[in-house]
Amino acid sequence: MKRNIGTAAAAVAVMLSLGMAPAGAGAQTLTMAVGAPVTSIDPHYHQLSPNNAVADMIFDKLVNTDGQARLIPGLATEWRVVEPNLWEFKLRPGVRFHNGSEFTADDVAFTLSRVPNVPNSPSSFAIYTRPIQQVEIVDSHTIRLRTAGPYPLMPMDLSNIRILDRETHGNATTEDFNSGRAAAGTGPWRMVSHRNGDRIEFERNDAYWGDRPAFQRVDYRMITNDAARTAALLAGDVEFIDQVPTSDLAKLRTDQRVALSETTGLRIIFLGLDHMRTDASPFITDNNGQPVPHNPLKDVRVRRALSVAIDRQAIVDRVMEGAATPAGQFLPAGIFSHVPGLEAPRPDPEAAKRLLAEAGFPQGFRITLHGPNDRYINDSRIIQAVGQMWTRIGVRTAVEAQPWTTFVGRAGRQEFSAFLIGWGSNPEGSHPLRNLVATADRERGWGASNRGRYSNPELDRMIEVALGELDDAKREKLLQDAQRLAMEDVAIIPLHIQTNIWAMRRGLAHTPRADELTRAQDVRPAAQGGSAR
Amino acid sequence: MTVFLLRRLMQAAVVVLAMSLLVFIGVYAIGDPVEILISPEADQIERERAIAALGLDLPLWQQYLVFLGKALQGDLGRSFVFNEPALQLILQRMPATLELAFGATFAALLIGLPLGLYAGLRPDSSVSKGIMATSILGFSLPTFWVGLMLIMVFAVQLGWLPSTGRGETAELFGLRWSFLTWDGLAHMVMPAINLALFKISLVIRLTRAGVRETMLMDYVKFARAKGLSPARVTFVHVFKNILIPVVTVVGLEFGGTIAFSVVTESIFAWPGMGKLIIDSINVLDRPVIVAYLMIIVLMFITINLVVDLTYSLLDPRVRLESKA
Repeated sequence: MKRNIGTAAAAVAVMLSLGMAPAGAGAQTLTMAVGAPVTSIDPHYHQLSPNNAVADMIFDKLVNTDGQARLIPGLATEWRVVEPNLWEFKLRPGVRFHNGSEFTADDVAFTLSRVPNVPNSPSSFAIYTRPIQQVEIVDSHTIRLRTAGPYPLMPMDLSNIRILDRETHGNATTEDFNSGRAAAGTGPWRMVSHRNGDRIEFERNDAYWGDRPAFQRVDYRMITNDAARTAALLAGDVEFIDQVPTSDLAKLRTDQRVALSETTGLRIIFLGLDHMRTDASPFITDNNGQPVPHNPLKDVRVRRALSVAIDRQAIVDRVMEGAATPAGQFLPAGIFSHVPGLEAPRPDPEAAKRLLAEAGFPQGFRITLHGPNDRYINDSRIIQAVGQMWTRIGVRTAVEAQPWTTFVGRAGRQEFSAFLIGWGSNPEGSHPLRNLVATADRERGWGASNRGRYSNPELDRMIEVALGELDDAKREKLLQDAQRLAMEDVAIIPLHIQTNIWAMRRGLAHTPRADELTRAQDVRPAAQGGSAR
Repeated sequence: MTVFLLRRLMQAAVVVLAMSLLVFIGVYAIGDPVEILISPEADQIERERAIAALGLDLPLWQQYLVFLGKALQGDLGRSFVFNEPALQLILQRMPATLELAFGATFAALLIGLPLGLYAGLRPDSSVSKGIMATSILGFSLPTFWVGLMLIMVFAVQLGWLPSTGRGETAELFGLRWSFLTWDGLAHMVMPAINLALFKISLVIRLTRAGVRETMLMDYVKFARAKGLSPARVTFVHVFKNILIPVVTVVGLEFGGTIAFSVVTESIFAWPGMGKLIIDSINVLDRPVIVAYLMIIVLMFITINLVVDLTYSLLDPRVRLESKA
């Protein structure tokens, strides 16, 4: 019986999609709508998630990642460490670009030389190629990359670089990619047309080396307004949407025409604290409004109090409508170097008050909590909730939400005492450690997003050791120890890790991705009678 | 006439210059584009490279002089986000916005004038009262709410019209237009109505007020006393005279429609200039913001000019020289 209902639903979905699809295209066209605009087709121009998703459809990388962010072979079939500072990648034979040009080691060398030299790039991919000191082509399908020292992150770094063809892209500019003249990769889709900020049309690359995509054509639209995107799905104008607004979740879960696909993401939402000042912090005063001469946040007991004061589960349930997981560390379970047993702190206002009293603030103090109001899901509502929880333990909190454009600059200049911000991690503990809590150091490129200026020489040393360890098992242990130290010292206050949610017409199935990318190759017709999950 | 035009041109140049300076200072005051555009993963060296690549390492006054120098040669700079000339980006999006604005204005006149005329000629009938009451809704309902309601009713519930996007386009003069295909027209109906709603109400009220005032004029009384048909009195003597305020307001509104149809374009995912400018402001894409506002200023000046010229056609008493 259940099977019959499912089949009937699938049949209805097919009928609906047939009714809506442009004449002649039939069910062979997948119409998708994404919530963030794709700004360039040049895969090396701007390190930006929406652009990376589309680049993943047209181009390939040496190393791919699966839905749970594990490294899997892409254009490279295998890779190994030859010497401590020398990586070797074996390349996939018989792969051709969309225009017929063959893929060889020389194309990899060309790609690595192009990446740091894209003119006007507002955020280049050079951060991933800089560790490479020398590129050696062994034969047409073997390439070696030499680094200054042992560099365990090489495969992960290369999972961000899309490979281009020396013959096709030798002189290609960003505009050539946008116009389609140079948009030829080795990926599962060919770009047919691109209308900036509106839609991109693809057709299947039948010569693709990997799994054949399920659809003949893809219409990839950009609908930035959340309500309009959901409405377009319900109206049947599109069959698949990403960034489902949390306010629509309850309704969509009960809608028979719609299926959801979700997975825990890699984006952590956390509170940064002012670790830089030992004297007065700009937004902390005593209960009479007078400046506190010494920054209370330098005391780990105060930081711990602020952390255990927060009821993370309540925020997840009420503010996030369940679309998040309470967090006690950077990475979710199941990801490399997640620390087992390090749970989200249980809310305990009484313990928080005791800790404050021990730290010399039995009456608490006043603080302003800042945050963006247009960047993360429900960001301004989260800081309101945190503000109330802090006020409950005697830390009287004012909340100030502002647009990201002004917020991010001020946070980067250490103008706040406490602020909410998010971080989308690569699936390795060294990534958040190095960027968020390592001592800011230009030469090393560490702590660039350490906006609270936390600094702990012991932690820095542990990160350094881990980054020189090529053995994955040993490195995982080192990274877990370092993360445990950072969390025990409350370098940041983690709140939750977002859940990534997509919605589609029933009859479609989707492999959700922890990295938030929305790609057509992850969508296929659901198995007969099955649900779309 | 020539003096009048020259003067207008000079005014335009001054306004454009002042505006570009304001935008430069404004964007500088809001924040740093690199902080917004750069990947959070970027390290300090990459940040410095990006700042230099976008020319933001120079002092603000130098950045402005560089911009002015290039602008005089017709180059308004390249978008930080798209790496394409800002002017070209805006012009690519312009047809979509223009046809939406024309559609909305057309709808406003087509619906607003007859209703306003009726309400003005028969102010005491219940139909007129109904029209006036409804027009209040047109003023007071927020555009984004009406837009979403239109989508919910006509696209989601009834399924008559496509919910969002521009639909199929056809080429004319090398540009893509929606109004040339049925699919495109179907996509245009809801956003155009949404954009027109406020204007319809405005035209109804202006027309009604104008008619009621004009009907009491001596020349109308005289025309009627002369025994002219009611149709001739209405359409020649009354109608022509009430058109001046209507043309002024609709003209100025037209400029506003083109420049600031942001809400409608966002809700209906209409790929026009309004959507471009709001996206650009969100990431502080200064070259696009400056170029966009410069074009808008020029457009407003042109529209005002056209309105003035239209006056002189509608009312021979208006002399352009004296106005300038």
